[in-house]
Amino acid sequence: MMVLVETASAVFIVIGGVFLFVGSFGLAKLPDTMRRLHGPTKATTLGIGSLLIASILFFALVQQSVGIHEILITLFLFLTAPVSANMVAKAHIFRNQGVKETLPPDAGGSGWATLTAQTESNEAVAPRSGVNNS
Amino acid sequence: MIAAASTFALTAIAASLLLNIYRLIAGPDATDRILALDTMVINAIGLIVLAGIVFGTTIYFEAALLFAMVGFVSTVAFCKFLLRGNVIE
Repeated sequence: MMVLVETASAVFIVIGGVFLFVGSFGLAKLPDTMRRLHGPTKATTLGIGSLLIASILFFALVQQSVGIHEILITLFLFLTAPVSANMVAKAHIFRNQGVKETLPPDAGGSGWATLTAQTESNEAVAPRSGVNNS
Repeated sequence: MIAAASTFALTAIAASLLLNIYRLIAGPDATDRILALDTMVINAIGLIVLAGIVFGTTIYFEAALLFAMVGFVSTVAFCKFLLRGNVIE
């Protein structure tokens, strides 16, 4: 049992290292910013999840106790990596306005990374007092 | 066995950090540099977790959790600055 858990932990460590390297290699090699987003946001997240699974197995073997820290780190990283990717993509579309012509139409009608929403629906709303409606 | 796997993974993470530093220097736009910094933060979290496995102590996990939170907040703050011109409006 000890040998089995140790082997599984070593295999997960190797998988995590490989996928962390694959994500960073894609970040360094791919030609475009929107293509470069795919490496760190998918492969690197998979690699860090595999390393944290290996850590859970190893400390369950050594100290006979499953800590909550690894699960917390995994939850936090898996929740925040898509948000970071979305923010970087929005900033890239905003800084390069030529990208907008190549994008498919969005659902909301407000554009992909615009700063102003549709103004036709807001005309019936009375302007609030004390707010500079510029 | 875990020692050999940890050596391999440490080498892989070191190579990943070098590639991220290359992208951080050569990135043609600010968003590439933000992405490189975010990836460096995730690689550093992996390095901290591996150090905890190698030294056999759980004292580093609070550091990894704090690093994850600070890295996410800094990435969002950079992107917010590029989008809006300031961070806290």
